[in-house]
Amino acid sequence: MHVVYPVVLAALLFSVGVYGVLARRNAILVLMSVELMLNAVNLNLVTFDAYLRDELHSGQALTLFVIVIAAAEVGLGLAIVLLVFRNRQTIAVDALRELAEPEGDGADAKPAPAGVEQVPAGVQPEPAGVE
Amino acid sequence: MMSATALAAVAALLPFGAAVIGMLFGRRLPFGPAPVAVLGTAAATVLAIVVAVDVAGAPTAVWESSTQLTPTGLIPITLGVRVDSLSATVAVMVTVVALAVQVYSVGYLRGDPRYSSYAALISLFTSAMLAVVLCNDLLVIYVGWEIMGICSYFLIGHYWEDPPTSAAAVKSFLMTRFGDVGFLFGIFVLGMAAGSFRLTDVLNAVPGMNPSTVLAGTLLLTAGIVGKSAQFPLHSWLPDAMAGPSPVSALIHAATMVASGAYMVARMYPAFEAAPATLNVIAVLAVISMLGSALAALATDDLKRVLAYSTISQLSVMFAALAVGGRIQAVGHLLSHAAFKALLFLCAGAVIHAVGSNLMAHMGGLARAMPVTFVTMTVGFAALAGVPPTSGFFTKDAVLSAALESTAATAWLVIAGVLATVLVTAAYATRAWLRTFFGLRTAGSAASVHEAPWIMLGPLVALAVPALLLGFGGLRWHELRPEVGPALFSVLLAALGAGLAYVAWRRDPAHEPATVLGRLRPVFASAFGTDDLYERTVAVAVLRLARGVVGVDDRVVGRAVTGTGRGARTLGGVLRLTQNGNPQFYVTGVLAGVLLIAVGVAVLS
Repeated sequence: MHVVYPVVLAALLFSVGVYGVLARRNAILVLMSVELMLNAVNLNLVTFDAYLRDELHSGQALTLFVIVIAAAEVGLGLAIVLLVFRNRQTIAVDALRELAEPEGDGADAKPAPAGVEQVPAGVQPEPAGVE
Repeated sequence: MMSATALAAVAALLPFGAAVIGMLFGRRLPFGPAPVAVLGTAAATVLAIVVAVDVAGAPTAVWESSTQLTPTGLIPITLGVRVDSLSATVAVMVTVVALAVQVYSVGYLRGDPRYSSYAALISLFTSAMLAVVLCNDLLVIYVGWEIMGICSYFLIGHYWEDPPTSAAAVKSFLMTRFGDVGFLFGIFVLGMAAGSFRLTDVLNAVPGMNPSTVLAGTLLLTAGIVGKSAQFPLHSWLPDAMAGPSPVSALIHAATMVASGAYMVARMYPAFEAAPATLNVIAVLAVISMLGSALAALATDDLKRVLAYSTISQLSVMFAALAVGGRIQAVGHLLSHAAFKALLFLCAGAVIHAVGSNLMAHMGGLARAMPVTFVTMTVGFAALAGVPPTSGFFTKDAVLSAALESTAATAWLVIAGVLATVLVTAAYATRAWLRTFFGLRTAGSAASVHEAPWIMLGPLVALAVPALLLGFGGLRWHELRPEVGPALFSVLLAALGAGLAYVAWRRDPAHEPATVLGRLRPVFASAFGTDDLYERTVAVAVLRLARGVVGVDDRVVGRAVTGTGRGARTLGGVLRLTQNGNPQFYVTGVLAGVLLIAVGVAVLS
């Protein structure tokens, strides 16, 4: 099999992932898009491992590492998404703008509540019982 | 037994120590600030007298000590004293007058809330004056010279709550500082030419110097001397300086600081002798000041201002003596003037203390109520007018003899000026004496006038002795012996002046005798309008310049600073627009950046 096929496939996968990260509003779909990008990289690693006939198969070994880390990452990411949803009742990425620069002159202005339904600091419900 | 130089150095440092203690602890001292101030000055007086007795044993000897300070550049600065007959004598004069003033101030400023800092400043002043008198390095002398200036400023402004007083302090500070710039540059010129700032080296190097260098250096020094000694055209600060307490006027504005100008000329006399043009300039300025200020004293009603103008006039007599080669005569007059003028100011302080006013219109008929003050002040006025056998008679006559013997081009001018001044001086001294102590008691002086306390009278009596007898001490030097002809003539002139004043006063003892001057009186009283002239020209120009500087500071410097801040903030505002809080926007930015770099690498490599 020519090396071009898997490489092009990986490029397409990566592009789909980039599109998802940049354009989707749903945080879970953003996480999935990140997974797509990772898997595009994995595909490249395996491809070139085979294509270059690496004696040590370092590409395949690295792929295994990436899969493990991606699993951990997505677990952590989903937990964050869950907590965000519990606090805000939304997981739309573009609605979560707490860290934006406040409006106005801003020389001595305090960070204004830019979030839609912000709970005042200090009375946030304890994120207890998160599996 | 310590050497004379070490004793002299200790004498200069003792009042400084007293000043430091007074400044730091002041009223917390166990017996108040007075004992430290008085004892520090008294100890310095004793040491100065010991040194002077040492020197008297060897009149031509010069003892020097010097310690080189850390080398800083080409010309080293040394710290040391030079004790010779001139500096030792003047040091005794300074410490004696300072002691009298310190003792007197204890009574004069009893209950004053700022007495503590006042006494410390007087001590500091004494120390600075001794530094000027005794030090051997021109730059160290300049340091003492400036410390005297700042002490004078603080002490004139003792009653600074009163706006005219603080204005007078600022005026005196600015006018003397204007001259001091010239003094400093004169030191630079002579020091650079000699390759050393030591007085001895500079004076030794003068004969080998380029005459124009000596001329420039001495003329610049003269600027500082004219400012410090309140000579025309920088004279108008001294009458205003009378806003300070009377003992301050006695010490600083009569006996010591203002006389330090004449002392510096006497000290650096070889340099001035090498520049006859400078001496001629001094002679002309001195004659203008001596006659002009004597006439101003004739018309002024404020007793202290009369004395201030007479101080200017008498200082001019010293400068005139120096200008015609009479160095010893000038120093003699400096010493006798210090004694009788300090005495006059302290007496005036006692009178003002009792009457509660500076104006002679509020005095009159005080002779019976204040007998001790009357007698001592009479001695002072007699010495001022040159009545024999007081000290002023001997020294003024010596100045006249010096001018008669001189071959200088300005000798005739000096002779005419001194003779005219003798006449006017006797007139204004008589007028002030009569107005203060004789005639009818006016409303102001009628109320419970009493003699000053003994702590104030003691210094008066102590100063009256040298004011009366110092002239006989000068007979050791043939320069100070009176010659019959000129002496008789000047006494006749003085009698004429006094007689005219008496006749004018006799016509109407309750009123101002100066009214006989008619239209000239306001002209004289305003010192020929010089103050007005300065206010209209120099002061206006300086104020305009100052406003311009403030404007530049506001418009250029201030705007540059605020503009920089505003610009940075505007630029930051543009960048803040990108911080919209949406992470997807940030990631898009990252991607765009990566693509840009990738394309750039691909294109450029």
